[in-house]
Amino acid sequence: MIYWQIFLAFFLPGILGYGGGPSSIPLIENEVVDRYGWLSVHEFSEVLALGNALPGPIATKLAGYIGYQQGGVLGAFIGVFASVAPSLLIMIALLQLLYKFKDSPKVKRMTNYIRPAIAVLLGMMTADFFMTSYRDVGIWQTLFLLAASFLLMEKWKIHPAYVITLSLVYGALFLS
Amino acid sequence: MNQLHLFLAFFRVGMLGYGGGPSAIPLVHKEVVEKYKWMSNQEFADILALANALPGPIATKLAGYIGYRVGGVIGMFNAVLATTVPTIILMILLLTVLSSVKEEPWVLGMTKAVVPVVAVMLGVLTWEFVKQSRASLGLFPAFAFLVGCFIVLQFLHIHPAILIALLLFSALVGKSKKEKTAGKADSPGERRKHS
Repeated sequence: MIYWQIFLAFFLPGILGYGGGPSSIPLIENEVVDRYGWLSVHEFSEVLALGNALPGPIATKLAGYIGYQQGGVLGAFIGVFASVAPSLLIMIALLQLLYKFKDSPKVKRMTNYIRPAIAVLLGMMTADFFMTSYRDVGIWQTLFLLAASFLLMEKWKIHPAYVITLSLVYGALFLS
Repeated sequence: MNQLHLFLAFFRVGMLGYGGGPSAIPLVHKEVVEKYKWMSNQEFADILALANALPGPIATKLAGYIGYRVGGVIGMFNAVLATTVPTIILMILLLTVLSSVKEEPWVLGMTKAVVPVVAVMLGVLTWEFVKQSRASLGLFPAFAFLVGCFIVLQFLHIHPAILIALLLFSALVGKSKKEKTAGKADSPGERRKHS
């Protein structure tokens, strides 16, 4: 019974949350706090805060942790499965179809039409991240970190893994 | 060997992607297109477009589909587990063992410092998509498309999924003289790129 509820609680946000993980957060809150009462609002915000401080996709971290809390390891597995599987299966089916016709001029044109839209979406995300940083640490720290990471990654071709690790160390030392 | 590479690629994406799904996009691009060369920039763009148009977490959709393409059903499970499991375990450990950690100033500082780095990666990827748009559509059409998409998304607040669906639809349905001339203008450049 509890497993079925866990499945439903994370299946709905997974299938309704357009725009990636962060957009499903309020939907998850609606299920686990309002509908099933597994956590209080306060507890949920605590879980969310820690989830945000850790790396990795946010929706599956919430599903995994809350599923574990309610139903142990099997609960965690069901929570993650419910939030990931449905949309993933649709995606694989559609892309296989597209791949089959990838040499048709129409499919090529689809790619050409979509690319500018993706550029704009990515550009808007870039602006979001910039504004978040500006609010959190101010303009000078932001500019410094932007310039440093741009030079490291693009000019000196350092792998992002090292640049991110460096920035984590910098943050722990100088932004605390 | 591929399975090991898949695991490593998406393990890194999971462990380095601070700030939720979208921050994983440039990392996935780095691993999949630049490091392991499992697909071209163009294929990545298609996958990203569809992933954006469908509901659900973006990082796991990318992991799952790319895993499937590279290593079949096992590859799919492999990649999804590699992005999600390590961070979930970290989360359960931290919340059950030391829940006070998240308010430590140095943890908050770490989270803040990573944001501009992600901004740079997203910005670079944006620029790549702009350049590709120019290469395939020509300077002025690409510019018109970019401005049009920006207005639709930012000022008219149309949902990206609807915009992408409309663009796909018009590409499939519209077949006019325009297509022929555009096709001719395109082909030399395209051929050069592919050879």
